[in-house]
Amino acid sequence: MHEYSLVQAVVERIEEEVQKQRALAVHALTVSVGELGGVDPELFRTAFETFRQGTVCEKAALTVRVVPATWSCPACGKAIEKGAVLRCPACDLPAKMGEGSDGLTLDRVELEVP
Amino acid sequence: MCTTCGCGDTELVPVELHDKILAGNDRQAAHNREHFLGHGVLALNLMGSPGAGKTAVLEATSRFAEGRLKLSAVSADLATDNDARRLEKAGIPSKAITTFQACHLDAAMVHHALDGFPWDRSDVFFIENVGNLVCPAIYDLGQAANVVALSVTEGEDKPIKYPVMFQKADLVLVTKCDLVPHLDIDLARIDDAISRVMPNPKVLRVSARTGEGLAEWFAWLEEQRRPIVQGKGAHMHGHAHSHEHTHSHEHTHADGTVHSHPHAHVHEHPHEHGEAKAEEHQHEREAGHAHDPAEKHEHRH
Repeated sequence: MHEYSLVQAVVERIEEEVQKQRALAVHALTVSVGELGGVDPELFRTAFETFRQGTVCEKAALTVRVVPATWSCPACGKAIEKGAVLRCPACDLPAKMGEGSDGLTLDRVELEVP
Repeated sequence: MCTTCGCGDTELVPVELHDKILAGNDRQAAHNREHFLGHGVLALNLMGSPGAGKTAVLEATSRFAEGRLKLSAVSADLATDNDARRLEKAGIPSKAITTFQACHLDAAMVHHALDGFPWDRSDVFFIENVGNLVCPAIYDLGQAANVVALSVTEGEDKPIKYPVMFQKADLVLVTKCDLVPHLDIDLARIDDAISRVMPNPKVLRVSARTGEGLAEWFAWLEEQRRPIVQGKGAHMHGHAHSHEHTHSHEHTHADGTVHSHPHAHVHEHPHEHGEAKAEEHQHEREAGHAHDPAEKHEHRH
């Protein structure tokens, strides 16, 4: 259940931002979770529901963007289908993972400032 | 309404961050990596299911490597220090990390374990992670490479079921191969499953009981050590080597909107490696996360 420690890291980062901007409240936050990021989006939401109590994120709406994993040939750029061998059959090169496929990022927060 | 000074309405300000959630762990891992490289120690993160044979592989490695490689290890479990005691008995200076409820090790736990423990006098330092095929894969501990133990009794399709773990592996050790004659298992199907989740598959078949594959495993360890050992001693014949860092800069618009944008910076520094192999591999992996500086300046208004 590492989703709890991830939520904790997100809330701490937002607390930092709230202090910096002298914000009064956090209205919304968006996180991106890559398909290969090792995070279950549902568990992340559940962990957020539990963990946000008593924090700056208590009333914030959470959006979790799930980024599908993609693979392609680093030479010819041809996409490699999900479930296929991760090697370009034409160029005989190991596939390259697409951006965000294994990402875990805090993308955006919406702050209420005076 | 503004509740502090009565000046009127408050404003809703969107702030773009694009920060890695695990940035804090990554910083600690980078610190650990400096320790390991500074002492010329090859640090490996050994992962796999509970019962995959992680500890047995280390015991067999100690027998096989006797006199040729000095090993040390930390061993993580939710409870008990049984594995660390087994390793000590096998002649590997070890320390237990008891994680209680945590399902993985993070970089801070490993750093804490380094204190008062002679890992720095070894050639290879194993971080035997919590038995789990999910969470440990996403936490960088400062290791040079990831080794995943997969036993033949776990089923041919395990790699496809747990793609994150195998995608992050540098080497898969298929363990307990002495059991193959007693099982309905086709080793080629394990290899096929691995090739669908690991772009550059490297697989070794081993048995801690019979010693099968240990020579190849030992050779792999030696190959991984070479750039690290040369890096420690050599300071004169460096070559340029770049790292990408992402920093956030923020600016305020005329309408009072504050944005923070990540910027990619490439730092060139000389590096003292004789062998570029391990490094190239590292870069290949980083390339997956690297961004074109132009893409980084994406503004959303």
